[in-house]
Amino acid sequence: MDNQFLLSLIVGICVGGAAGFLGSLMLGRRMALVAGPLGHLTLPGIALALMYGFDVSLGAFPFVIFGIVLIWLFEMRTKLPMEALTAVVFASGVAIAFLLLPIQQAEAVLVGDITKVSFAEAAVSVFLILLLFFVVKKIYSKIVLINISEELAKSEKVDIRKYNLIYLGSIAIIVALGVKMVGGLLTAALVAIPASAARNLSRTLAQYAFGAMIIGGLSSSLGILTFKLTGFPAGPLIILASTLIFLISIIFKR
Amino acid sequence: MGNEVILKVRNLNVKLDHQSIIENLSFEVKKGEVLTILGPNGAGKSVLLKTLIGVLPYKGEIEWAKELKIGYVPQRLPFIKDIPLNIRDFFNLKGSPEKETEAILNSVGFQEDFLRKQIGDLSSGQFQRVLIAWGLVGKPQVLLFDEPTTGVDISAEETIYKLLAKLKEERDLTILLVTHDLSVVYKFSTDVICLNRQPICFGPPHEVLTPESLQKLYGGEVKYYQHKH
Repeated sequence: MDNQFLLSLIVGICVGGAAGFLGSLMLGRRMALVAGPLGHLTLPGIALALMYGFDVSLGAFPFVIFGIVLIWLFEMRTKLPMEALTAVVFASGVAIAFLLLPIQQAEAVLVGDITKVSFAEAAVSVFLILLLFFVVKKIYSKIVLINISEELAKSEKVDIRKYNLIYLGSIAIIVALGVKMVGGLLTAALVAIPASAARNLSRTLAQYAFGAMIIGGLSSSLGILTFKLTGFPAGPLIILASTLIFLISIIFKR
Repeated sequence: MGNEVILKVRNLNVKLDHQSIIENLSFEVKKGEVLTILGPNGAGKSVLLKTLIGVLPYKGEIEWAKELKIGYVPQRLPFIKDIPLNIRDFFNLKGSPEKETEAILNSVGFQEDFLRKQIGDLSSGQFQRVLIAWGLVGKPQVLLFDEPTTGVDISAEETIYKLLAKLKEERDLTILLVTHDLSVVYKFSTDVICLNRQPICFGPPHEVLTPESLQKLYGGEVKYYQHKH
């Protein structure tokens, strides 16, 4: 097993697992699709990163933050449904990306490329993921309570704004790391599918949260292994692996 | 019953989206009382409870006694079934130690093995009792209930009011209760606030619930106004 492959596998499992874990919170709040437009909005950032040769996640991150602020502002000002807002944001992201981006480079932007990850990039990613995991674990039960009812959470003196800020920040980090792995088009699937599969299989909160994490990590490793065997791009294979697990989960739904 | 005032509300005004929901409401609650908040749908009853627990912005004064623990039991939790959650998980969200959870569940009539039951599998009456139990975690001195029997069938409704009466005695609770059900007021409460945006009456139900005040509250003729013993 060569080192490059091992690096990709480690980063893949970490990012996939963390995305699944965080996704279990996002599903509860019907926010899984928000990762979609955020992913798309990173496309101009990725395009810039590729054109000027810096890290894709680094290019993506400011655009995710911009997207979160934008969706939040739109929601406050317009009271349009979240789907309409996300459609606006998401289409604009794609449009801007294709104005900037030479079409030959589109593949990495759209479907990601984890197979060329350097050691330094891998180290930073794994460090960020570990940090993210502890933060999300820490806020998990509070966010679940907020997801169930903001009023109930407020009556328990939960500082909703503080927890939402940490939560959205975590989403921004996972989207920025996710786009490198599966590309801007597929990031939403990274958070939504493992959590959906885990929900089918679980009866308790712990089974759900850690189930989503395990399914996320497993999908990444299956996808990257299949890439090694077939040469197809790893990003789509990771998503298809999680789709397969989701389909199996329907059979065993509890 | 003690005479200690635990809640004072003066000239309370609540506006939501530039619309006035509660206007110039003043009342007091003493320790050990059961205060019902009575009014038609859309009268601002739930808004009043939410304002009292500090969830909504307001003008005026709300003064709770110092170091008072307050438990809140919401009307419904529509999103709770989106998450795989058993009873134990639900109580863990509030940081309730397992021993306390078991004791509270017992006191609302459930056995220990109930902890493993999924929230999604409960009947609406059972779920309501679970919510009441959740409100009791941390031994609050005051419980606030928003329409505790919404969507519950009549026999389960009886059970819930009997349960509330029992818990009140056992735990020395003060209770604030929102309802649109007049019979509850006579059976259960020491004082009543009639609310239809503006306060219409406040005091012991047998004194203040007159045909005139009820007509003003609900508009039109109200046939059933006094519970016969």
